Amino acid sequence: MIYQIAKPVFQAILQIILMIVAIVWVLDSGAKAMDYQWQWHRIPDYILFYEDGEWWPAELLEGLLVTIKISALSLVFTLILGLTTALLKMSHSRVGRFLATSYVEIIRNTPLLVQIYLLYFVFGPVIGLDRFSTAVLALALFQGAYTAEILRGGLQSIPVGQFEAARTLGLSPWHSYKDVILPQVVQRTIPPLTNEVVSLIKNSSIVSVMAIFDLTTEARNIVSETAMPFEVWFSVAAIYLVLTLSLSGLSAWLEHKLGASWRKL
Amino acid sequence: MKAQKPIIEFIELNKWYGEFHALKNINLSVETGEIVVVCGPSGSGKSTLIRCINNLEKFRHGSLTVFEHPVGSKKILAGKVGMVFQHFHLFPHLTVLENLTLAPIKTLKLSKAQANERAFKYLERVNIAEQANKYPIQLSGGQQQRVAIARSLCMEPDILLFDEPTSALDPEMINEVLDVMVELAESGMTMVCVTHEMGFAKKVANRVVFMDEGEIVEIGTPTALFESPKHKRTQTFLNQILSY
Repeated sequence: MIYQIAKPVFQAILQIILMIVAIVWVLDSGAKAMDYQWQWHRIPDYILFYEDGEWWPAELLEGLLVTIKISALSLVFTLILGLTTALLKMSHSRVGRFLATSYVEIIRNTPLLVQIYLLYFVFGPVIGLDRFSTAVLALALFQGAYTAEILRGGLQSIPVGQFEAARTLGLSPWHSYKDVILPQVVQRTIPPLTNEVVSLIKNSSIVSVMAIFDLTTEARNIVSETAMPFEVWFSVAAIYLVLTLSLSGLSAWLEHKLGASWRKL
Repeated sequence: MKAQKPIIEFIELNKWYGEFHALKNINLSVETGEIVVVCGPSGSGKSTLIRCINNLEKFRHGSLTVFEHPVGSKKILAGKVGMVFQHFHLFPHLTVLENLTLAPIKTLKLSKAQANERAFKYLERVNIAEQANKYPIQLSGGQQQRVAIARSLCMEPDILLFDEPTSALDPEMINEVLDVMVELAESGMTMVCVTHEMGFAKKVANRVVFMDEGEIVEIGTPTALFESPKHKRTQTFLNQILSY
């Protein structure tokens, strides 16, 4: 089982290391040519610092915590929104289908940055949302549209006989979905859902435009104070990478755990 | 003696799929404990007919009552009309035991222990208790179909519908399923079976219904219908399926 999780992660890490070696070599020779002073030793101070006999999170770590908090909250709303939209899109109600289709098409066909500006400058103040809630709402609305389509695909891949068997046994619609249909949908859609979670985390960096102190905002502030863009942006990229790679590992494990017993023999 | 009302009663039932007239003026009554076999060529409406009984198909005209209540009525209790499907439709993410206990726990609110006890009772009845902790995919087709029958029985139905229960099975597995069906028939269960297993029909059916193009063409005892069919269409069909 460890092997199942570790293999994709190690393969990815190996490829990344090779690429980094090549990039470092190119950059280093370029930086030397323009007389850039590397100051890697200053980076750890922006992650953790030691004061009064205790370790404290510094700017980058605090930013990471904000990023995780925004992403986790948005993920919950993304899933609720995605599932509701998928069910509405498949419902018999014409109004429901119209609402769901309009939502998905509007969100998918406008840029996230524009949506964030609209929510931040127009809708947020009008309905009285604070910055943090606006950020969560923007991300959940954006990612929910894509997740809805993934879940709809998953729902439609379940044979109609599963619904009929559940109904004939007298299961209520609630139990049919919760105990029969959704567990199968989740198992089938874990790989694309992982993609969505990863892009949710990456997209959360865009909320930095609305002055939320997430990882990207903190990094930009450090860069403007210290004038060491190379080190800071590389560190930030590495932090995002560690975060999303551990998610990919988790998803590989989940897929194995949910599927091994009844799908692949 | 008071005449008993039929447990299932179709009166002048008609059903369309768009322009296609799927069921035409169906009149049929089934008595408690009766075994009715429905046969006919593919597309003749026999599956649609029995799917109406457990409310999987809607119809536009006529009436259909089950336990003297119109189909779809809340008075027909959950799981009392069981159905066994051609392709089993077991829940692949649950073990055999969980397949059997899900509905009794969620719908009848049995405790897990009661539901397990009931599940093993019916798994033993279909001779498959030793597979309780396996997943459906690990079983053969015949075993899966027997699990599906046990799953229906766990809701203690008064009527069991069979929609071509042996058509998806390899030939050597058909008998193990038919044996279970014969045993159920002899225990007094009311059964409506869409099947082409003539041996099964001859052995246990009280009546055989022959359908063609959405109509009931002929109803009779197995002997009467198979050996001296009155209608040309019945004769043609029987010749087609019995010619080898």
